[in-house]
Amino acid sequence: MERLIFLIVCLGAFAFFFKNIFRLVATICLGRAENRFDNLWSRCAGMFAYGFGQLRVIQKKFGYNHYLLFWGFMTLVLVNFEFLLKGIFPAFSLAFMGPLYYILMFAADIMSLVVLGCVVLAIARRLFFRPYFIDQTADAFLILCLVGSLMIAFFGMSACEYRLDELAAGTYMLVTRGVALFLRGSDTESLHASMRVFWWIHAIVLLFFMNYLPYSKHLHVLTAIPNCFFRSKHMVATVPRLQFKKGEEFGISKVVQFRWKDLLDFMSCTECGRCQEVCPASNTQKTLNPKKMVHQGKVNLFTNSKSVFANRPADMLAPAPKDAAMNVPLINGSDKSVSKKAIWDCTTCGACMQVCPVFIEHAPKIVQMRQHLVMEKAEFPEELIALFENSEQRSNPWGIAPSDRAKWAADLNVPLVTQGVQAEYLFYVGCAGAFDSRARQVTTALTKILNAAGVSWGILGNEEKCCGDSMRRLGNEYVFDKMAQANIEQLKKYGIKKIITYCPHCYTTLKNDYKQFGADFEVIHHSELISSLIAAGKINPSSDSAGRVVIHDSCYLGRYNNLYDQPRDVIKACSGGRAPAEMERCREKSFCCGAGGGRMWMEELDGKRIYLERTQEALRAAPDTIAVACPYCLTMYEDGVKDEKAADRVKVKDIAEIVASSIS
Amino acid sequence: MHIVVCVKMVPDTTQVSIDPVTNTLIRDGVPFITNPYDTNAVEEAIRFKDKYGAFVTAVSMGPPNAESVLRKAVSIGTDRAILLSDRAFGGADTLATSTVLGLAIKKLNEEQPVDIVLCGKQTIDGDTAQVGPGIARRMNITQLTLVDEVVSVNTEKKTIRIRRKLENYHEIIEVKLPVMMTVEREINTPRYPTVPGRLHADDVRVEIWSNAQLKLDPATIGLPGSPTQVRRIFAPEREKGEIMMGEGPDRTKAVEACFAKLLDRDIVHV
Repeated sequence: MERLIFLIVCLGAFAFFFKNIFRLVATICLGRAENRFDNLWSRCAGMFAYGFGQLRVIQKKFGYNHYLLFWGFMTLVLVNFEFLLKGIFPAFSLAFMGPLYYILMFAADIMSLVVLGCVVLAIARRLFFRPYFIDQTADAFLILCLVGSLMIAFFGMSACEYRLDELAAGTYMLVTRGVALFLRGSDTESLHASMRVFWWIHAIVLLFFMNYLPYSKHLHVLTAIPNCFFRSKHMVATVPRLQFKKGEEFGISKVVQFRWKDLLDFMSCTECGRCQEVCPASNTQKTLNPKKMVHQGKVNLFTNSKSVFANRPADMLAPAPKDAAMNVPLINGSDKSVSKKAIWDCTTCGACMQVCPVFIEHAPKIVQMRQHLVMEKAEFPEELIALFENSEQRSNPWGIAPSDRAKWAADLNVPLVTQGVQAEYLFYVGCAGAFDSRARQVTTALTKILNAAGVSWGILGNEEKCCGDSMRRLGNEYVFDKMAQANIEQLKKYGIKKIITYCPHCYTTLKNDYKQFGADFEVIHHSELISSLIAAGKINPSSDSAGRVVIHDSCYLGRYNNLYDQPRDVIKACSGGRAPAEMERCREKSFCCGAGGGRMWMEELDGKRIYLERTQEALRAAPDTIAVACPYCLTMYEDGVKDEKAADRVKVKDIAEIVASSIS
Repeated sequence: MHIVVCVKMVPDTTQVSIDPVTNTLIRDGVPFITNPYDTNAVEEAIRFKDKYGAFVTAVSMGPPNAESVLRKAVSIGTDRAILLSDRAFGGADTLATSTVLGLAIKKLNEEQPVDIVLCGKQTIDGDTAQVGPGIARRMNITQLTLVDEVVSVNTEKKTIRIRRKLENYHEIIEVKLPVMMTVEREINTPRYPTVPGRLHADDVRVEIWSNAQLKLDPATIGLPGSPTQVRRIFAPEREKGEIMMGEGPDRTKAVEACFAKLLDRDIVHV
C-alpha cells in the first residue's frame, strides 16, 4: 500500500516536473534563432571548466561554499536516484557497482554532512553578514531549509537503517554510524517506524524540491550548466548585425525578440549579485542594476510567455509570431519591465559579463533595447541628438568641420596614404586624436615614436571618418551600419592591411565589430605596437620622468580585447624595469572611467560621478602619474584630477606620452 | 488642414571657405544639409499633423540632388514631396525664387486649399529672409515672420494665434487663415527620424515639377528674372579689435589689461 502511494506520488511529481521542463524549453524557443552549436569541443571544455569546475564561482572566497554544495549535489544525484527507484522496487540497489558503490556511499555520507554545514553557513551569511549585493529573499531561505532538511532526513533514515542492519554500505558511512550511536538501545519496532518517517520526509522534500526549482531562482540548477555550454565564443559579445528592410522592427521592445540564448540567460541568473557588485552604474547610485535587469527580463518573459502559449497551444516549439501578445512591456511600464533610465545608465564596460559565473551577456541586451528606443521611437536623452547629427553629417562627435581633421599634422610632414604613399601601417587617428586638443598631444607623441622606430606609416588625413563606436553602443545601428560599410570600402580602396589605433574604441570597432561587415584588417593598438617596438630594440626609452605610475585598464582594451600586459610592459620599460602600481580594482576587475557605451556624450545626473569614484581610487595609490591608453579615460581622469584638486601633483598621461618623453 | 512647408538644400556653411581669387564659395567636397531654420519649419508642420491631422506637403526648389532634403522631411512625417527643378530656375535670386515657389503653392492650393505655408526664418547661405514674405505676397495671404511660438489654433473659426520674437519684445497676433509663417529656431526641437521613417522616405516618389508644368514666363524666373547681381563675396577684414589671452595666473592680468583699455577709451565707467 505504502509503495503504491509512493508510486503515484512519484509519477505525479515527475509528470509535473517534465511538463514544466517542456514549458521551459518551449519558452526558450520563443527567442530568435542564433547558432550556438559551433566549436562543440571548446564549448564542452568550457562547460566542464565553468559549469562543473565552477571556475568563476570560486573567484570569490564564499564561492567555495557553493562549490562544495554543488559537488555534494552531484554525488547525491546518484544516491537519490537509487533512493527513488528503491521506493518503487525495494529489490533495486546500485550495489552491483561493486567497490565503486562503497566509495559512492562513503562519499555521499561525508558530502551530506558537508552540504549541511554549507547550508548552515549560507543561512548565517544571509542573516548576519549579508553582502549588500545579495537580497534577503524568502525564496533563498526556503531552498536552504529544504536542502538542510533533506540532509537531516537522509542521516535519520540511514542511521535507523544502519541500526536495523539494512544498510548495505553501512560500514563505510562514517557520519551515519556516528549518528547511529545516538540510537543505541532503541528497539527494532521504533527504529523501523522512525526510519519510515524519515524516509517519507526525505521523499516528499526531494520531490517537492525538484518541482519547486522552476519557480525560483534555483532554476539555475537546471540552466546554469547549459548556459556555460552555450556561452559567447567571442570576448566581446557584440550585438548582431541587422538587415534594414522595410516592415521589420529594429531593436528589442518585446522579450521574445531576444535571441534564444538571451532567454536562457534570464533563466540562468542565480541572483548572486556579483554583477551588481562590479557595475559602475550600480556602484554610483544609478538606476541600472544588472542583476535586477536580468531578473526583470526573466519575470517579463514568464509573464508574457503565458499569454503567448495561451493563444497558441498547438505547436509549443514553433517560434513566437511577430505580433505575439505581450501584455507587459519590456521597456518601462511596470516592475516587470526594464526602466529606460537603467538602459541609458550602462557604460558597456563589460565588468558584469566578466564576473558572471554563468556567462550571462548583459551589455548586448541593453544595447538592443537602446536600438529600439533610438531607431523605432527616437526617444533618447536630448543631449544625444547633437552627437547623432554630428556623427552622421560630419563624421565626428563634435561636429567640427571634416576639413579640419588633419590639422594636427599640418607641420609634421605626415605621409598620406590617400596620395598614393605606400606604407606598411595605416595610423587610424580617430576623432579624439584628431580633434580633441588634449588627445592631439597623444597623437603627436605617437607620431614621434613611430618615426623614431622607423615604422613605415601613413594616415588618411581629411578623408578619415569616425569609426562609429558611440553610435553602435548607443543603439543607433542604422547610422553605424552605414559608417561601417563606408569605412571598410574606403580602407579596402586604399589597400590597407594593417591598422594602428590609439583609441581602444576605434580598436575594438575596427577589429571586432567590423568583422560582421566583412572586414579582416590586422588591427593593432598602440600599446601592442609600442611594446613590440621596445621588445625588438627599435626604441630605447631611457629616462624616468613619470615618477610613480599607476595604471588604469581601459575596458575596451582589457576586458574586450585581453590587452593587459602590453601597456604594463611599456611603462616598465620607461620606469627602469619597475612595474607600475596597481589600483584596488585592476586588470579584469578594472573599474570603468564612465565614458564608454556612449556615456562620454551624456549628462551624468544621478548619484556620484563615475570618473570621480575611479579617480579617487587612482589617487589612493599615491601616484605621480596616472597612465591611461584611451582618449576617453584621459578626459575623465583629467577632469577627476582637477575636481580632486590634485592636478598640481598628479599628471594624467597616455602611455605614448610617457614613452615619447623618455626617448631622445 | 493642408500645410505646405518650404525647405532648401544649403551647403554646410561651417565647412565653406571663400576662394580669395575668384571671390566665390568653394563648395568642393562640402556636404549639403537642410537649411537649419527649415528643419524647425518641417517639425512645426509635423506637429500640426500630430495635433490636427493636417496633410503636409514639402516643397523645395533646387537641383535634382536637392531631393535629399525632401526625403529627410518625409522621414519625419511629411506626406508629399515636390521638387521644383528646371535649368530655367537656376541662378535665381530671392525675387525669382519666390515667384516659382509662390506659383507652385498656388497650384497646390487649387488641388487642396492651403491653410499654412511654413518657411524657416532665413537660409544660412543667403541670410536674406526674403523668400517667405515673397511667397506671401504672390499668394496674397497674411505673412507672419519671426514666429517663435504657436499659441493656439481655432479650427472652427479658422484662426491662428502666434507669438513673434522681435528685438526687445514679443508680439502676440491672432489672424485668419491662410497665413505664411517664417519660424525662429526656438519654436521647437526637430525630432530625430526613426529608421522605419527613413526607409519609407527612401522609397517615396519625389515629384519633380519643371517649368513645363508651371509655365512661367522665362523672363521672370532664373537668372533673367533676378535683378540681384553678386559683384563680390568676401570675408570682411578685421580692422579693429584684438584677442587678449592669458592662462593660469596670467588670466587675471589679461582681464586687468582688458579693463584698463576699456576704461581708457571710455567704453566702461567705474
